[in-house]
Amino acid sequence: MTAMEIFFDIGVMLFFLIVLTLLIKPLGTYMTYVYQGKRTFLSPILVPLENLIYKASGIKQDEEMDWKDYAKALLLFNSLGLIVLFLILLFQGILPLNPRGFPGFPPDLAFNTAVSFVTNTNWQAYSGETTASYLTQMSGLSVQNFLSAATGMCIAIALIRGFTRRTSQTIGNFWQDVTKSVLYILIPISIIAALLLVSQGVIQNFDPYANSSLLQSFQTQDGQSINNQILPMGPVASQEAIKEFGTNGGGFFNANSAHPFENPTPLTNYLEILLILLIPFSLTYTFGRFTGNTRQGWALYATIMMLFTIFLGVMYWSEYNGNPIVQKLGVTGSYMEGKEVRFGIGGSVLFAVSTTGTSSGAVNSMHDSLTPIGGMIAMLLILLGEVVPGGVGSGLYTILAFAIVAVFIAGLMIGRTPEYLGKKIEVFEMRMSVLIVLTSGILVLIFVSIALVTYAGISSILNPGQHGLSELLYAFASASNNNGSAFAGLNADTLFYNILTAIAMLIGRFVPGVAALAMAGSLAKKKYIPPGIGTLPTHQITFVLWLAVVILIVGALTFFPAMSLGPIVEHMIMNAGQ
Amino acid sequence: MKHITTTLKLFALLMVVVGFIYPVAVTVLAQLFFPEEAGGSLLYDSSGDLTGSALIGQPFSDPKYFWSRPSATSGYPYNPLASGGSNLGPTNKDLIGQISNRTEILKSSGIRAPVPSDLVEASASGLDPHISLESGLVQISRVAKARNLDEETLRKLVLEHVEERQFGFLGEQRINVLKLNLALENVK
Repeated sequence: MTAMEIFFDIGVMLFFLIVLTLLIKPLGTYMTYVYQGKRTFLSPILVPLENLIYKASGIKQDEEMDWKDYAKALLLFNSLGLIVLFLILLFQGILPLNPRGFPGFPPDLAFNTAVSFVTNTNWQAYSGETTASYLTQMSGLSVQNFLSAATGMCIAIALIRGFTRRTSQTIGNFWQDVTKSVLYILIPISIIAALLLVSQGVIQNFDPYANSSLLQSFQTQDGQSINNQILPMGPVASQEAIKEFGTNGGGFFNANSAHPFENPTPLTNYLEILLILLIPFSLTYTFGRFTGNTRQGWALYATIMMLFTIFLGVMYWSEYNGNPIVQKLGVTGSYMEGKEVRFGIGGSVLFAVSTTGTSSGAVNSMHDSLTPIGGMIAMLLILLGEVVPGGVGSGLYTILAFAIVAVFIAGLMIGRTPEYLGKKIEVFEMRMSVLIVLTSGILVLIFVSIALVTYAGISSILNPGQHGLSELLYAFASASNNNGSAFAGLNADTLFYNILTAIAMLIGRFVPGVAALAMAGSLAKKKYIPPGIGTLPTHQITFVLWLAVVILIVGALTFFPAMSLGPIVEHMIMNAGQ
Repeated sequence: MKHITTTLKLFALLMVVVGFIYPVAVTVLAQLFFPEEAGGSLLYDSSGDLTGSALIGQPFSDPKYFWSRPSATSGYPYNPLASGGSNLGPTNKDLIGQISNRTEILKSSGIRAPVPSDLVEASASGLDPHISLESGLVQISRVAKARNLDEETLRKLVLEHVEERQFGFLGEQRINVLKLNLALENVK
């Protein structure tokens, strides 16, 4: 690569991050209005629809819930989603809109996939183009793309209300929050995004798969003559938009956002990255706006953006340096194994950092083939607990838990009373925060250990040596943190992995989620304490840096041994040219 | 109990909105405004037969065509029913062996080293329709010889098929191999 290309890549990344930052305030403000029930420019169209839905479902507009009621409603709603999706997958064979006549999913795969989409993970042990019917994609999987994203946003908003309400028993109404999330935020932007994607070549139809002749026919290694190509079709763009915007990440096709029908041009690539990052980043502003002090939100933004930029830089450096073993073979240019020409190194790295920093898990390059350090950065971003900036909603409530831990530790160190936004941090809040922060890490370590000592665990590994350990680690990191991307060499469609990753996804999603609601309930009951001289300011640069350090220490200490044995050793081996 | 009936009703309503109305509405709008793109950017020959999609790559091994990138789709290369990459890690001996073999094949076909990376390293989708400009240029002499054509004519054709960075700054410069080869068929 030349200096000119690096200049282009860095310039485009900076430009992109500026555009993203400029959009945070408008979207963050809009989301604040939506959840506070204020009028927005879409209200004339959506209020009647919203009221209709409330009326038909028997939801009373003035009813509020305490945290237990909120959690019950949320868990029931998600359980029903799980059951419905499981049944659709299982009985896909006898349902309509199935032009290829795909049979139902086997039960273990159906369970894994249903859990995966309900938990906003979108771990995929199946290939869409040869397994899932149009009905399954748009009315099964895609429905959960909306609803799981909305669920995450509800928890985040409930926790924000916990901070802003004083001596209140209630934290909002789940039914209204989930309906508003879908109607006002997710649908309108998805429609615009889907049409933009179609304009660039993302397909959107219900046609049967097309049979095309090949310009040059050829013979396979076993002598079979191939002279045609079956082109898969389907309602892709509508699913692609919400797949990215809800940080879901489950591809219509196996190759996900690397597939030209999902991501055909550089413009769609950057649009998809923008969609992935928009809500998680904008929620920091919504948080500030809700609490009446936008600087509190910008402090979280600054922490996240700082970490994001550092990780982006390291991964770019690693991918730019490429693979010395291959260079020795007389190959020139960027390291392109598992990458697409139209995206290049810059567009692939920005996508990889965004998709692992959020809980998206969509991929436009194959992470298994990234350089060792590049792959490690992707894994580390997941292992930090999905806070850079994390999934829609889940990112915000996780980073708020980190902020509480940071305030508490700082309080112990410098003898200040642990308070955050005028709420006293006590034993219960600390317990819940630690539960939110550590659940996924504990899950990863336990499940990787199980996989390493069982035949069923290690027999799915594709790559030998250190890289094989990375494949296992990545799989459980991805499942426990609800990311969903993979070092896809791992053969994940086995009974062992379908069940184990499903358990990891369920615990990794709902234990922290309910803990966040419990904390919201506890905080809402508390009185407001005006900041005094003993209060640690949480909107200044010192706190921004301190929060980043806490996030890094928790992640690094938990996983440093595993990282050393996997990617770091592999990096050294690769540079030694072996 | 009250929660259960509300759950059932609200879920059913939202499922209808996002699982049926939304995708159907997007399809109607897409077919109205961008029918070709929504249909897969399909390419037809002069007799009206489907010859591929402008977005989906095809494999080429005959010296008289420009070759696409290696594809790791299962079964055979550029199988659109099995999109995906090799997933081989950077130190995997199989990967190094494959890249080494492909490099040798290209060299024996008349390409002088160094070989552009995208011609010997498999794409992420296995369906990448593009190659880099360098990869187009290094194949000119082979194609010219196989077709008994003037190298300068081919060079012009290759340069005509270069897709620049989008809006001048997004993505990478690239060549659509299928479109280039289709155009090649008409060069006399």
